[in-house]
Amino acid sequence: MSEHPIQSTVEAGGPAHAHASPAQAYESAKLGVWTFLATEVLLFGGLFTAFIVFRLKYPQLFREDYVHLNRILGAINTIVLICSSLTVALGIAAIRKGKQGLLKLFLSLTILLAAAFLVVKYFEWTEKFAHGLFPGTDVFFSLYFMMTGVHGLHVLAGIAVLGAMLVLAGRGRFSEHYYTPVEVSGLYWHFVDLVWIYLFPLFYLIG
Amino acid sequence: MANGHGTGYRIYVAVWGGLIVLTGATVGVSYIDLGILNVVVALLIASAKASLVALFFMHLRSEHRLVWTFALVPIFFLVLIIGGTLSDTLFR
Repeated sequence: MSEHPIQSTVEAGGPAHAHASPAQAYESAKLGVWTFLATEVLLFGGLFTAFIVFRLKYPQLFREDYVHLNRILGAINTIVLICSSLTVALGIAAIRKGKQGLLKLFLSLTILLAAAFLVVKYFEWTEKFAHGLFPGTDVFFSLYFMMTGVHGLHVLAGIAVLGAMLVLAGRGRFSEHYYTPVEVSGLYWHFVDLVWIYLFPLFYLIG
Repeated sequence: MANGHGTGYRIYVAVWGGLIVLTGATVGVSYIDLGILNVVVALLIASAKASLVALFFMHLRSEHRLVWTFALVPIFFLVLIIGGTLSDTLFR
């Protein structure tokens, strides 16, 4: 990331410093989050593998069940998450230019969109329960509740992380010289969006 | 790509527009019965959207090789897991 404003030369850090320079600390933090995201790929990957195996084994069941899912609500939630990815990206672009007010605005919008996603999800789940469709109904709904549930927990965690960023931004911790926590929180949030980009067509569109 | 780094607001809005259009396309196609092609089209569109998010929102296109490695290695393992599992369950 050559555009990073902190470009100090690598110097020998004292024993008290984990990193030789702020630029190196920034790169390390990003790599650390990418490593975490690698484990997340494999967490969701195991669930996606289960989905593929059972989809191939019981194609009829999947075709009969997926029509119970509300394609329009799924599409709305997809658009909600895409918008939230945009707002967090715009927030990071803003703080890179030192615009703290814009960062706070965009972080707040992102949190609102994340909450909206969970509200839609809540109505979807309660509607399924009302129709007697539970995680134990059959393997399709086991996978549906498990995978959207684990994803929903990630959205909840995202709200917590972005909320913490908003509090720190409110205390004026970030500037054009330092925004590493916002940047890596954004990476996590985009990953949550990425997972949904695959969950949506698999469950709602092709079944 | 005037600034060359994708940090401008405009590029993000353009990527967002692309993601919305692709979402509309995948929902639209799902109403047409194409048989197995429905699955292929849905996964291709999802992968196009995922690439847009990773390259632009997650800044992968301006990252150095080490970050690319950390992004691609788990996908390689995921392919191994899915391939290995299917080679068992499909031919049992």
